[in-house]
Amino acid sequence: MKKLQFSKICKNFGAVVANDNISLSLGEGEILSLLGENGAGKTTLMNILFGHYISDKGFIEVEGKRLTPGSTKASLDAGIGMVHQHFTLAENLTVLENIILGTEPLSRLWSKKKLAYKKLEALSKRFGLLINPDAKVADLTVGEKQRVEIIKALYRDASILILDEPTAVLTPQETIQLFKVLKEMVNAGLSIMFISHKLNEILEISDRIVVLRHGKLVGEVATKKANKELLAEMMVGHKVTRPAYEKLEIGKAVVELNNVCLNASDGTVGLSNINLKIHEKEIIGLAGVSGNGQFGVASILQGLTHPSSGEFKLFGQSLIKYDPRYLTKSGVARIPEDRSKEGVIGEMALWENFLGEELRSKAKSGFIIDKKKAVNNAEKLIQEYDIRCEGAFASTRLLSGGNIQKLILARSLSNNPRFIIANKPARGLDEGAISFVQHQIINAKTKGAGVLLISEDLDEIFELSDRIAVIFDGKLQGPFDASSLTINQVGLMMSGEMKEGSFNEA
Amino acid sequence: MLELLELILTTSLWAAVVRIATPLIFATLGELICERAGVLNLGIEGIMTIGAMAGWLWVYQGGDLWGGVVFAAIVGMLFGFLHSILVVYLGLSQHVSGIGITMLASSISYYAYTMIIPFSTTPPKIVAFSAFEVPLLSSIPIIGGAFFNQTALTYLAYILVIVTFYVLYKMPLGLTIRMAGENPVANEAQGINVLLIRTGAVMVGSALMAIGGAFLTMSAFDAFYFGMINGRGWICVALVIFASWKPGKAFLGAILFALFEALQVRAQLIGADVIPYQIFSMMPYFLSIVAMMLVARRAAYPKALLVPFRQGDRI
Repeated sequence: MKKLQFSKICKNFGAVVANDNISLSLGEGEILSLLGENGAGKTTLMNILFGHYISDKGFIEVEGKRLTPGSTKASLDAGIGMVHQHFTLAENLTVLENIILGTEPLSRLWSKKKLAYKKLEALSKRFGLLINPDAKVADLTVGEKQRVEIIKALYRDASILILDEPTAVLTPQETIQLFKVLKEMVNAGLSIMFISHKLNEILEISDRIVVLRHGKLVGEVATKKANKELLAEMMVGHKVTRPAYEKLEIGKAVVELNNVCLNASDGTVGLSNINLKIHEKEIIGLAGVSGNGQFGVASILQGLTHPSSGEFKLFGQSLIKYDPRYLTKSGVARIPEDRSKEGVIGEMALWENFLGEELRSKAKSGFIIDKKKAVNNAEKLIQEYDIRCEGAFASTRLLSGGNIQKLILARSLSNNPRFIIANKPARGLDEGAISFVQHQIINAKTKGAGVLLISEDLDEIFELSDRIAVIFDGKLQGPFDASSLTINQVGLMMSGEMKEGSFNEA
Repeated sequence: MLELLELILTTSLWAAVVRIATPLIFATLGELICERAGVLNLGIEGIMTIGAMAGWLWVYQGGDLWGGVVFAAIVGMLFGFLHSILVVYLGLSQHVSGIGITMLASSISYYAYTMIIPFSTTPPKIVAFSAFEVPLLSSIPIIGGAFFNQTALTYLAYILVIVTFYVLYKMPLGLTIRMAGENPVANEAQGINVLLIRTGAVMVGSALMAIGGAFLTMSAFDAFYFGMINGRGWICVALVIFASWKPGKAFLGAILFALFEALQVRAQLIGADVIPYQIFSMMPYFLSIVAMMLVARRAAYPKALLVPFRQGDRI
């Protein structure tokens, strides 16, 4: 019997069609992957299933019974568990509190904690999900938090588990661990829906793959018959080419960090003795799980933070004044990690955002902004970088993530920078936009820039980088020649399991 | 200095401390419950005022004392409900709505009072709660006579500290309230109606604030005056932070502030000819700020405080 059946689900958000007549089913003990780009409607569909949204048309059946729409409680009671992409956990509460929330009647005069401990222990053992129930969620690693999310669903005896982009935040080793757990759960009779846009993982874990594009279901294949190229084409709708890697003769050093240290401050890891040299015409990939010191490195390189000791040489000269404006002016470009928070000001028009980093130099006559010149310049760049928008006067927040990223690239790369900090430039973008961003970065390298590419996505790191450095707990390993490394080695270094000196520097 | 030490060891000082602290305990607990659920309630000052007014009015019109307390609580709840509609259901600014509630509730109180007693120079008095000595406990030296020779409302305040603690930390209901203030999405993901929980918490919290106000007219004094809340509500907002959102610490904070207040009144009498009395009046507030800087700097505030929750929002 079908465990779960979606029938003709439609959902619009204003003029945007998020789900268009989607029907699909999930069998018992099956792992079904839902593949699609950002904005293809995967998360919307799952939120309808979980009662966060109400579909405009269509219905869902669980084991033949109609599901009450728009009620999280009904979905939970029907045995559906969801591991959200953005964890729904309270940081200040303990693991146990997060798990038992809502499982007891509110009128009960005391929580039956002893019983909860027992049930939790049994679950942990059965599926190999070890966790300390009394730990505060804020003190857990990302992987552990995800474990709590999964246990939360299992604790409620879920028989259908939805995982929304579960591997986005995990190291390769944690991903392997997760897949083991998922297999375990399927053996125990659970059905799983796995949402992702990472082709490798989908091919590895699922039994069957369903592809969504622009809110429509565009294809369904058994995993045995699928391959990467086929899936990519189904997902995007046309063939996509990632830029080809090319090794160039490197030039002078643009950035040199010598024994740079940074004291740990509230919530961020410090840096200890970072040594890094980046040359013209080379891309250095900085791999690592978020929160291991990337923030510190990026801040120093952008001139936002003064290192507590050590030297930062920019274009051969020791930097004395840490001033982002000075750095930008002397040829440092930045692609910030959180593009809509740090990269642009959403409420302002495109032309204003183009001025963002050069207010004092360009498009200015005396004290007054030369609006005409600024708008002209914006319109030129909009064309050149193919930014899809309603013109230079449109509000920036209306742009999609990919187009905001294009704006940032246009703004920083059109000045022919000599050094570029690209902090997770492809994060959250779809295949088409990723390919554009990568082409631009390669172009900049060809033109002579040195690039530091900070990323968690090892595929991206390996596709672009000449050399790869790994950061863990504020300490840097490498950089090593990219061709001398395997993804597995980098993964081990990212999780701190492979220490320095365990193999020779290339 | 010696005089001050002698002062601290007198029952009469501590009796004053408890009297000053009681309305603060009620209102701080009320604010704490609201904020634990993620809603800042700056209506506190006005809700205390209208609570004071409502309780007094009930008794003045011939009702009995406990009826007055209940009436004050209900009126407080109504204003809490109004605040909830604005900030929980409509997601409006909690600061603006709260200040609006304070102005509205205070104005209604004063308006109603002048309508009922148009031509009075001395405020009419009621028969207030009288003190009740708890056997055994009240014979503890110094403290006993102070803490356990008070009116029934003070004992109610003690009990509420324990009840609030118990509900918040031991009951499933308390867990959902805390979760509503930490991460409402997590609450919803576990099938709980966040809006209902928040509204309930704000209403109960507001009821406590109103009882705190009523204590002033029905226990500390026996009449209603203009401006009688006199910033006590705002002090409670600060006390919640001082208490790091914990009921037990809220109790201690209220006692500590009351001690400053009681001491300054007495210090005025001792040092009045040397130092202007305004300096003394200032001390409790000044010391509160210092205490807050020392204690509450690392407080883990509810993560979703001030953050509205909308069902079906794009997550």
